[in-house]
Amino acid sequence: MPTRTPIEVSIAISKAVQQADVDVIAAYPITPQTHIVEHLSELVADGELQAAFINVESEHSALSAVIGAAAAGASTFTASCSQGLALMHEILFIAASLRLPIVMVVTTRALSGPISIWNDHSDIMAERDIGWLQVFCETGQEAYDAVLQAFRIVRDPKVQLPMMVNVDGFNLTHVIEPVYLFEQEEIRDYLPEHRQLLRLDIDHPLTMGPVGVPEVYTEAKKQVDAALVGAKPVVLAAWQEFAERYGRFYQPVETYQVEGAEIILLTMGVISRTAMSAVDRLRATGKPVGLVRLRLWRPFPLEELRNCVRHAKIIAVIDRHLSLGAHGGPVCLEVRAALYDLPERLRIFGFVLGLGGRDVTVADFLEIVDRAEHYAAAGQPEEYSLIGLREV
Amino acid sequence: MDKFGVAQSQKYDVYASRLLPREEYFTSGHRSCQGCGEALAVRWVCKALGKEAVIAHATGCMEIVSSGLPQTAWMHPWLHVAFENTAAVASGIEAGFKILSRKGKWPGRLPKVVAMGGDGGTSDIGLQALSGAMERGHNFTYICWDNEAYMNTGIQRSSSTPYGAMTTTSPPGKRSIGQATWKKNMVAIAVAHGVPYVATASPSYVFDLYFKIKKAIETPGPAYVHVLCVCPTGWRSATDLTVRLGRLAVETAVFPLYEVVNGKYRLTVEVPKIRPVKDYFRLQGRFRHLREPEINFIQRQVTSQYELLLKKCEAAYPEFPVISHTEESQEGA
Repeated sequence: MPTRTPIEVSIAISKAVQQADVDVIAAYPITPQTHIVEHLSELVADGELQAAFINVESEHSALSAVIGAAAAGASTFTASCSQGLALMHEILFIAASLRLPIVMVVTTRALSGPISIWNDHSDIMAERDIGWLQVFCETGQEAYDAVLQAFRIVRDPKVQLPMMVNVDGFNLTHVIEPVYLFEQEEIRDYLPEHRQLLRLDIDHPLTMGPVGVPEVYTEAKKQVDAALVGAKPVVLAAWQEFAERYGRFYQPVETYQVEGAEIILLTMGVISRTAMSAVDRLRATGKPVGLVRLRLWRPFPLEELRNCVRHAKIIAVIDRHLSLGAHGGPVCLEVRAALYDLPERLRIFGFVLGLGGRDVTVADFLEIVDRAEHYAAAGQPEEYSLIGLREV
Repeated sequence: MDKFGVAQSQKYDVYASRLLPREEYFTSGHRSCQGCGEALAVRWVCKALGKEAVIAHATGCMEIVSSGLPQTAWMHPWLHVAFENTAAVASGIEAGFKILSRKGKWPGRLPKVVAMGGDGGTSDIGLQALSGAMERGHNFTYICWDNEAYMNTGIQRSSSTPYGAMTTTSPPGKRSIGQATWKKNMVAIAVAHGVPYVATASPSYVFDLYFKIKKAIETPGPAYVHVLCVCPTGWRSATDLTVRLGRLAVETAVFPLYEVVNGKYRLTVEVPKIRPVKDYFRLQGRFRHLREPEINFIQRQVTSQYELLLKKCEAAYPEFPVISHTEESQEGA
């Protein structure tokens, strides 16, 4: 029987990496990713995880080394966020284009400037088009499960793509939560052994990462997109089997109280728990409010999203990133585009909050619902509003 | 391979049939310029590597001319990721094979891991990744193809461009003599990392190059080989003078051939009488604008640097404690 253990979420994540029997870890320290890689180094140092831990000199080299190891046929892991993720930026695309099964945890954190070590989604929102599978986690249990599932998904020969598990920095990574941790035997059947189809092999030499001339570049790009979109059934099957084996079911889009809801809050990540409390409070007053949480971010769960909001009237999309110069946050713009073709047009308002570690409270969500209702009644233009902005 | 191999190998049957392998690992059909010294160097280096090598290559001339999808000139397993990270990619390949072998997941022999990059990808944008990989002591060989500028993008200066040379971003003018800085000493940088085998080489001295690569890949831990590659396009030289120019670089002591084994310097090609740098400059358009005083200044610099090198070669004792590269240095139990 699995035991429910109080554990820091970062440690639970490294436990999942250990249980996936990863071969090579390359990482560079950045707050708040450090507890994950520190614990992994300890596991390697104590012989509890047989892996090479490469202490690289930058995040750019972390992903580069992981790519080299994955091309050699190793199961690989890295973790980063913020400036480190931005430094990896160019290499992220290449990892997907090389079709390498890398797993990475992003402990989401604000991007400079001004420099901030605290949580929001501005780092990860700059990495939407990199060709990786991406999920956002709400709880420690989900983060632990998602890392295990990620190894299962990328090891599927039909996928052969890298996957990111996005976990809110500090607000989730550094929290101690009760988590059901598996015994190694329990998870063994769920996680296949890592076996790479195309690899650097002296008996079967292969040129990897060639030049894409104009005659082939478009097709090469399309292939990655097709692989990413085509990975969705594998993702769903992996979650389904996880539910059947262990009783915890995850979906691309999670919902809370959407039955009969006219106003829907749409969130990602750990603040969804606070949003649930706000929904409870509003439901108690008789207000038909519900919550939709986007879990699977890439490939984008278009159908699932449409299905769970189509009966609502107002959607309040929460972004934790300010898309400078745009007319809304990235999540809001994508959601608005995704719902544009519904027969019944929804009113969609964007709200930006919780930037650079600013606390997100139940009161913020109450204000958002209030404002969204007000905007809808007053016929306000559908632009974004910043919640909690102080006049300077 | 035979299809390519036989045709090319006939050319050196006459002088080296029993000394060098006939197998071609860098095949014809690539798109390098006429007289490319780098393609020549790659061909000899790949012969020295033999079959059991895996190559990580930086973005640059050699990657562009040799790997246009769906064609390839490489008979080795070969991976190109980006410009500045080749040493990091090689680190991962090396660590990957080693741990897979230890965990019983790689039944075969461990391949030699080789990283290759141009002078820009090595001494400029790739220096940090290279420094990291050398410092960590990975068992790999880094080979720098030094054609002394960013030739692939159109002959822009790098930190490896020699003093006085004309490039498209160090043009001589009323207030400029061309490149205004001295060539970065990559060998000294590698030696300072405690790298156990460091060498300079040139495809104009095939046997010297060949055996240095052999030594480099057999050295446990990191090895660094800096190969001067004549570039007729960028150096503004005649395409049939590539090998001659490579020899002149050595004969004028502009690019001496030596190796540094565990900190001990040794000249591998001794030049009985050093020729004036003028002999080397004369055949290249990139130095054409230099006048007598500037050439004399360069001559004095070259002479004093060569004398310093000779002193290093005479030094009886290694200058640094050589780092040890144990199996445990990068991995836990």
